Amino acid sequence: MSENKYIPKTKLAKWFDSRLPLLSLSHHLKEYPTPKNLNYWWTFGGILTFCLITQIITGVILGMHYVAHTDHAFESIEHIMRDVNYGWLLRYVHANGASMFFLAVYIHIFRGLFYGSYKAPREVIWIIGVIIYLLMMATAFMGYVLPWGQMSFWGATVITNLFSAIPLVGESITTWLWGGYAVDNPTLTRFYALHYLLPFLIFGLIILHIWALHVPGNNNPTGIDVKKNSNETMPFHPYMVMKDITALLVFIIIFFWFVFFAPNALGHPDNYIEANPLVTPTHIVPEWYLLPFYAILRAIPSKLGGVIFMFAAIFVLVLLPWLDTSKVRSSTFRPLYRKFFWVLVVTVILLGYLGAKPPEGIYLVLSRIATAYYFIHFLILLPVLGRYEKTDPLPMSISDPVLDKPGLIDKFKKAAGQYEGDNVGSFK
Amino acid sequence: MKVIMLGLLNRIILTILISIITTLSFADDQHSHGANTNYLNTDWSFKGIFGTFDRASLQRGYQVYQEVCAGCHSVQHLSYRNLSEKGGPEFSVEEAKAIASQFEVEDGPNSDGEMFMRPARLSDKFVKPFPNVEAATAANGGAYPPDMSVLTKARAGGADYIYSLLLGYEDPPTGFELDDGVYYNKYMAGNKIKMSAPLMDGIVEYADGTEATTAQMSKDVTTFLVWAAEPHLEAQHRMGFTAIIYLIILLTLVYMSKQKVWSRFGSKKELEEETFDKVEKAVTEYEGEDPKTFK
Amino acid sequence: MSNKIKPKRRDFLFTATYTIGAVGLGAAIWPLVDQMNPDSSVKALSTTEVDISTVEPGKTITVLWRGKPIFIRRRTKKEIEEAAKVDLKDLKDPEKDSDRAKNPEWLVMVGVCTHLGCVPLGDKGDYNAWFCPCHGSHYDTSGRIRKGPAPTNLEIPKYEFVNNNIIKIG
Repeated sequence: MSENKYIPKTKLAKWFDSRLPLLSLSHHLKEYPTPKNLNYWWTFGGILTFCLITQIITGVILGMHYVAHTDHAFESIEHIMRDVNYGWLLRYVHANGASMFFLAVYIHIFRGLFYGSYKAPREVIWIIGVIIYLLMMATAFMGYVLPWGQMSFWGATVITNLFSAIPLVGESITTWLWGGYAVDNPTLTRFYALHYLLPFLIFGLIILHIWALHVPGNNNPTGIDVKKNSNETMPFHPYMVMKDITALLVFIIIFFWFVFFAPNALGHPDNYIEANPLVTPTHIVPEWYLLPFYAILRAIPSKLGGVIFMFAAIFVLVLLPWLDTSKVRSSTFRPLYRKFFWVLVVTVILLGYLGAKPPEGIYLVLSRIATAYYFIHFLILLPVLGRYEKTDPLPMSISDPVLDKPGLIDKFKKAAGQYEGDNVGSFK
Repeated sequence: MKVIMLGLLNRIILTILISIITTLSFADDQHSHGANTNYLNTDWSFKGIFGTFDRASLQRGYQVYQEVCAGCHSVQHLSYRNLSEKGGPEFSVEEAKAIASQFEVEDGPNSDGEMFMRPARLSDKFVKPFPNVEAATAANGGAYPPDMSVLTKARAGGADYIYSLLLGYEDPPTGFELDDGVYYNKYMAGNKIKMSAPLMDGIVEYADGTEATTAQMSKDVTTFLVWAAEPHLEAQHRMGFTAIIYLIILLTLVYMSKQKVWSRFGSKKELEEETFDKVEKAVTEYEGEDPKTFK
Repeated sequence: MSNKIKPKRRDFLFTATYTIGAVGLGAAIWPLVDQMNPDSSVKALSTTEVDISTVEPGKTITVLWRGKPIFIRRRTKKEIEEAAKVDLKDLKDPEKDSDRAKNPEWLVMVGVCTHLGCVPLGDKGDYNAWFCPCHGSHYDTSGRIRKGPAPTNLEIPKYEFVNNNIIKIG
């Protein structure tokens, strides 16, 4: 790191820091230079950390009251909701917390896509991020099974059945996943164990994610490199901390609005019906945050094909740093890419909408088109755009007023020209 | 050239977007078949940020549940003590005890190893009309009368749906075929329901003298069921309001502090000066001259 | 970097922010702590009714109340006399037998040794009453500590005679 090296002040601090450099680490985190032009879309990293910690705390607490057994799971959730002190609050925070976590992660991902944060030298940060996202989906899916409602049971049945599409070994894999011949008690208990485990893996990966971030430092809205230790950066504490907390509080207000006034709005009513292996709900839908992938799964007419495309939709993100060949990071200076970025956003939202609809008629046609476009965006548009797109001129530095105040640069040029007693027309 | 291309692209994207939205809204219209989802509405006291339950309505609703519904429908997650708890019907503890003691629960084993029946206590769960789902299904012509503990949360439409369903019994339109033991209901999916119209005017006699019309009873029992599904609803609303007011105050303070802290990092004027320096430097470099000597 | 802040306003604003923030954090932590306290279904079970009609003199029945054993002993004449005649000066935790048993014939106690929570054995020890095997505490026929490490007498729960045959504990 390029910031000043930390020198402990007291003898004790010196003694401790030379054995375990925790003080140096905390100094580094405080002084970590961040570009001063980061906008509010950059606060979602902090918000996501808050989400994970909230989920872990409320989750561990719910685990103290929850019973992972098919005969008692549903009942124990009602026990939490009715009898446990503040149980309803803890459960609603946990359930809505999952949705808010995904809301934040989607904003975080699309921010990365817009400003080209996945490009060199930040590929590793991005790939760790994709792995975190995958683990989040697995965790959320298994968590949704635990209340043992109808959607829990049938969601688990449908998703685990995806693996039966694998040729030859598919059946054995699903049987192995279930620990039986259908989703049942062994499935529930192992999902509970894994649902408890995965968040800690995510926590570990987030440390790596931040570590990898602190090597090259933050990207920024201009996408051009900042000079560290210049007046282009400011220490993380207190500047970014204060900004992150401001954004976090806005986020919590929205979060709490759901928790207290619409706690079941994001869930499905069928999950308040206890699981019944004999009756399938008329319309199985996953939680909203998985809907785009569910739409891709159903858009492909073959069972194996659907599974392959669904996983490919995530895997293609891993390749993204190499698929996007443009030298310019930020969309701010990529007029064409910027357009396609928004088309991608609309496509993903559309896929989410279609995932909640029955796979028939116009819905099926549209989800096929949207799925095709999703892959075309990453596999064809990005490589081609990088080669042929004419990008806007980049500013000299992040504080170049070209960004927010057009015309100001001319003012300075003119001023500089007068100073030099010269015309700056040639300065271009 | 570039500008024209961009304009064209814009127009193509916009056209596609509009056509998708129109097709979808059209498809949605076509798709809503079966049940009527324009539910009847009534002035629920529990809706909204400050929503609380109407105690009298909850107590009447309990009476309707007990006298009409309880023959087939269980509310197995409710305990008798809940009837006297805060935020619910708030019967007095004595009244709740008296209600509980009307029911017999199995207890044991006693010192002889025998199970025995005793009157229910406050700590007991509501007694179920049937010992298990299978028995309930068999006794009701093959349709399981669902447990009503969380019924209003388990149906899209919630309270409005339950209320509408109770008032949605009608004679079937001509040509609509119904088997024996199946009834026509406007709001049921597929319009076929195995429960006969449960309420009719005057089927219960309210202790508080309220006239027991079908609409009144539907409203009361639905209120009772909403409470049964969400017994802490009032606490939830109160806490939510306090929390959000608190957060807005804190947000204001934090935002002001943030502005204060950020103002340390150079005012706008300072920023302009910095930029000026930079431009100057760049110009100097361009000229290949050292600014010091230039001065 | 220039540092042109009026210290007074800054201090007040920051102090207010920290204070309000800390209050909220405290309020948020309370539910996380309180959820471990007995929940409302556990609290509702805090009374138990026991039928004592079949207990013979000199016999003890043990029932479970709030997850703890309750000793209900129908004492013999001899035991009652022994318990009554003890000089309070000889007791580590002086308490009259008449204060411990509402009806001298019936002794109702929480069967948990006041030392470290083991369950004492009946009809044992120096006083032929209760004896805790864990660390050797001897209790007399009134359940009072007479010898050994336990600091206090066996606890008397809140109870009442509903009628001649039924005791309500709690």
